[in-house]
Amino acid sequence: MDPSLKKVAEVWERETAIVEGMDISGPWNRMFGQRVIWDYSPDLIEEIAQLPGAESFAWCYQCGKCVPVCPVDVVGDYGPRKLYRRAQTGINLLDSPDLWLCTTCANCLRVCPKLVDMVQIMPAAREHAMLTGRAIPAELQEALENTAIYGNPLGQPARKREAWVKDAGVPVPILHQIQRPVEWLWWVECYPSYHPRGIDASIALARIFNALGLDFAILGREEKCAGDSQRLAGERGLFEMLAEENIRTLAKYEFRHIVVTDPHALNAFRKHYPKLGGQYDVWHYTTLLARELPKLQPLLTKSLPYRVTFHDPCYLGRHNGEYDAPRQLIQALPGVEFVEMLRCRENSYCCGGGGGGMWLDSFAAGHQRRRLSEERVLEAVSTGADTLVVCCPYEVSRFEDAAKSTGVEGRLRVRDIAELLAEAMGLIGEDAA
Amino acid sequence: MTQRIAVLVEHLEGQPTDVTFELLGLARRIANTDGASVQAYLFGERVGHLAESLPADSVTVVEHSALHHLAPEPTARVLAALLPADLPRLLLVPNTSLGMDVAAWVAAALEWPLVAYCQALEHRGSRLVATAQLFGGKILADVTLDERPTVIAALAGAFAADAVNPGAPGKIERRDAPAELAALRTRSVVLERPEAADVDITRAEKIVAVGRGIESKDNLELAEQVAQALGAVLAASRPLVDAGWLPRSRQVGKSGLKVKPKLYFALGISGAPEHLEGMKDAELIIAVNKDPKAPIFGVADYGAVADLFEVSEALLERLEG
Amino acid sequence: MTIVVVMEQVPDVVEELAIAPSGTDLDRDAVSYVLNEYDDHALEEALLLAEASGDEVVAVGIDTTGELDQTLYTALAKGARRAIKLTGDFEGTWLSTRAAARLLVPVIQELGPRLVLTGVQAPDDLDGQLAPTLAALLGWPHASVVIGSELVDGVVQVRKELWGGITMTLELELPAVLGVQAARQAPRYVPISRVRQVMREASIETREVEAPDGLVPAVTTLRVPEQAGRAEILTGSPAEIADRIIELLRARGLL
Repeated sequence: MDPSLKKVAEVWERETAIVEGMDISGPWNRMFGQRVIWDYSPDLIEEIAQLPGAESFAWCYQCGKCVPVCPVDVVGDYGPRKLYRRAQTGINLLDSPDLWLCTTCANCLRVCPKLVDMVQIMPAAREHAMLTGRAIPAELQEALENTAIYGNPLGQPARKREAWVKDAGVPVPILHQIQRPVEWLWWVECYPSYHPRGIDASIALARIFNALGLDFAILGREEKCAGDSQRLAGERGLFEMLAEENIRTLAKYEFRHIVVTDPHALNAFRKHYPKLGGQYDVWHYTTLLARELPKLQPLLTKSLPYRVTFHDPCYLGRHNGEYDAPRQLIQALPGVEFVEMLRCRENSYCCGGGGGGMWLDSFAAGHQRRRLSEERVLEAVSTGADTLVVCCPYEVSRFEDAAKSTGVEGRLRVRDIAELLAEAMGLIGEDAA
Repeated sequence: MTQRIAVLVEHLEGQPTDVTFELLGLARRIANTDGASVQAYLFGERVGHLAESLPADSVTVVEHSALHHLAPEPTARVLAALLPADLPRLLLVPNTSLGMDVAAWVAAALEWPLVAYCQALEHRGSRLVATAQLFGGKILADVTLDERPTVIAALAGAFAADAVNPGAPGKIERRDAPAELAALRTRSVVLERPEAADVDITRAEKIVAVGRGIESKDNLELAEQVAQALGAVLAASRPLVDAGWLPRSRQVGKSGLKVKPKLYFALGISGAPEHLEGMKDAELIIAVNKDPKAPIFGVADYGAVADLFEVSEALLERLEG
Repeated sequence: MTIVVVMEQVPDVVEELAIAPSGTDLDRDAVSYVLNEYDDHALEEALLLAEASGDEVVAVGIDTTGELDQTLYTALAKGARRAIKLTGDFEGTWLSTRAAARLLVPVIQELGPRLVLTGVQAPDDLDGQLAPTLAALLGWPHASVVIGSELVDGVVQVRKELWGGITMTLELELPAVLGVQAARQAPRYVPISRVRQVMREASIETREVEAPDGLVPAVTTLRVPEQAGRAEILTGSPAEIADRIIELLRARGLL
C-alpha cells in the first residue's frame, strides 16, 4: 500500500438499512468515525468578527459565490471567501495588503447566502488597523490628512471650492451670497469642484439646471467633503467630524431638497447623516433630470452620432438602487445608439475608486494585473462603443487615465451624462470636455 | 579702525564651497561702498593653506581638531568667543545646513540681530537693507539694519561670486583655539558620502526633473520615457526622493545637488525656494505645471500652464515618431 | 525620562497670502494655519526614540493662533504623554524665533528633558531657526537638518544632512537640541476617532506667560516678489505646446 495514504480509522456500514422505505444497505450508509475537523485556529477570524459591524466576517461558510463576482478577483486574487480562508491559515487581514484592496462595491453581498457584508467589515477592520497603529498606504494617508485639514482629499484651499463658478457662463448662486431660500441645494462635492474634468461636468450641469429654470444654489466654500469614501476607508471619526460640520452648515439655510453630483454623497446623506441628526430629501442628479425629462426632451435638439455604453456607479446602482434614470437620459439623447456591457446594472463592474480606492491607485495597481478601471474600459471598447458614459465624479478621470494606459484613448471617449445632455442641448461644444 | 564685513568660510573636505565665494563677493561690494574691509573666518583642522585662496583683506585662522568638519557646537562657540572683541559690522554666514546651525546660535548667544534666508543685501541711502525669502518664497521681507553688528544668513546661489582682488592674499592672522573648545559636548564627527551614484546629474547636459505633480510612482515611467527621448537624465525634487521613488543621487535642490545643465525640463515642479536654489542657473529652463502661479515660472525661460501628462505624451508621440 | 517636542502652527503657504495694511505682517484674518510640516517630523522622530528608550514625549507649543489645541491633541493621540500650551498676549501676532525661544526655555528647564526636538525650520523664521536658538539659550549641544537619531549610552547619535547626499554623523552629550528635517519614517497617521477620544479623555496643560521683548521680527516691509514673469508662456493644446518645445530645443541644438 502507498505509505503516503493514511488509513481512515473507523468506517461503519450497516448491512441492512431501510430509511423511510428506501433500502440503503451497504456502502450507501457508510459513516466515518467521529473526528475533529477543526484543523485551523479561528483566532484571526474572531479578531475581525469581534469588531462592531464586522460580525458577519465569521459567518462565511466558504461557498465561494463571492469570488467570481468580485471585481478585484477578476484582476487579482481576492474575494471575501479568500480573505476568510487566509485568516484560517494564519494571514492576519489587518497586516495584509488585502485590507486595502476591497472597493466596497457590494457585488459579493448581492450573491452571498450568508450576508457576509464587506461594506461594513472593511471600514471596521481598517479603523481597527489604524487605531492599533498599523501603517496605512501613503497615498491614502495624504488624502485623509488633506480632508482633515482642507475639507477635500485633493488638498485644495477651501475658498477655491467655488472658483469654478466663474467659468460656468451661467448664474450659479452661492448660498452665503444670496441669503434666500431655494428649492434645490446642489451638493457639488470635491472632484466636481476642483478636478478639471469634474469641473467640466459641473459646468455642463449648471447650464442644464439653468436651461430648466431650476431654483438652485450651492454652498461654495462652506461645503466640505461629504466624507463617505473616507468612512469606508476606515476613517469613521473623520467622517463624523465632516458630517457634523456639514449638518451645521446646512442648518443655516432654507432649501427643500438636496441634489448631489456624487453617488457617494448620496449614500452618505441617505444612510449615515440621519444617524447624526441630518435628515434631508436627497436626489442624484440623474434621478432629478429623468423626472424633468418632459421638459428636457424638447431641448435635446442636437443629434449625437455616438455609440455609447454606460457604467453603473456602485454607489448609485447596487448601493442605492438607481439603474433606470441614467438609462432614460441616455436613451433620450437624439442620434445616440445605446449598447449595454455584459456586466451591467446589478452585476455592474466597479471602477476601483470606491471605498477609498480613489486614493489607493498605485497601491492597488501593485497588487493587480491591471487596474479595475482598465478592465472596465476594455470591456466598454469590446461592445463597439465609442463613448463611455458615466455619472459619478470619480469615473471620468479614472476611465480617461485607463483609456490612455490601455492604449484605447483614440477609440473611447469618456463623458459624464451631464456633458452629453449639455452637448445635445447645444450648451457646450463637442470638444468642450 | 575701519569697519569690517566678516564672512564665515564654509568648506568641505578641504575645499571652500561655492557659497563662500558668493558671500565674499557680497562682502566686497558692501565693503567698497562703506570703505570697510573684508575679513574671513577660516576654521578647521589643517586649513591654513586655504587662506591664500580667499579674496579677503584679512583671514582669521583658528585650527583645532574639533573644528575639522565645522560641526555646529564647536564652530558656533569659536565664533561667539571671537566676535565680541572683533565687532564686525556684519557677519555673513551661509544659510546652509552647516551655516544655519552657526548663524542662529551665535546671534542668539550674543543677542545680535539676525536676518536669515537673505537673498539680497544692498544700500538704500545710508542704510543697509536685507531682503529675506519667507513663506515658501511667496513673500519677501525687507529689513532695514540698524547700527548694531548683525548676522546675515545668506541663501546659497543668491549672490554673485566676483573675485575683486583675487591676486592679493590678505593679511593672515592665526589665533589660538579659544578655551571653550576644551569643554565641548559634541564628539565624534564623521562625514559620509553617499554610495557611488547611479548617474551623476551634475554632469548631465539635459535633465528632465519631476515634482509632486507627477502624482504617483507609476507615472515616473512616463517621465523616464520623455527623458530617454530627449537624451536627458531623470531628476526629482525632494518630496519624490523622500518618498523613495528615486535615489538621493537624483535630487536637485538645497539639500540635494546643484545642477547647471543646458536644458532643465521641469514637469510638475512648483518651485519651492529650496528647489530653485539647485537649478536656477540652468541655461534653458522649460517648465510645465498646472498652477499658473507656480514659482517655477519665475525662473523658467519658457513655461506652459498645462497637464504634464498630456504634454509628455504629445512630446513622446513626436520624438518617437 | 523626557523628550520635549516643540510644535508650531504656521501660515499655510498652499493658500494665497496677503499682506496686512501695516505692511509688516501677513493679513492674519485671511491666513489659514497648519502645523509646521517639519514639526510633524520632529514629533515622529521623538516618538520613535521614545518607543525604543521608554522615554516620555511631552509636546509643547506657543498658541499664537488660538487653534493650537488641535495640533496638541493630535500629538497626544499619536503617543505624546503630555501636552503643554503657552498662552499670552500674543494671539494673532508673528512671534520672532528669539521671543519664542525665550518663552520656551523656562518650560524646558522645568521639564528637564534629555532631548528637545523641533522642526528644522518654519516658513516664518526670519530671525533664524528655533533649534540652534534654543541651544544657544540653554547652552546645550545641537544639530539641525537631522534625518535620523538614536539614543545610545547617554549620548544621542545624530545624522545631519549636508547636501548632495553627504551626511555628518555626530555624537552629542545629553541634553541636546535637534532640528529635524525628516524623521526616519514618514509621520504616522492617527485616525480622527482617536483624536476625538483623546479630546474627551485627556487635557492640555495651559500656562499663561508674559509676552517677552522683541516679540515680533524687525520687519520694515513685506512684499510679494515681482512674479518674475520671466517665463514666456507657451499656450495652446498639449500638442501645440509639445511642438513649440521641440522647436525651441532644435533651435538650440539640444535635439
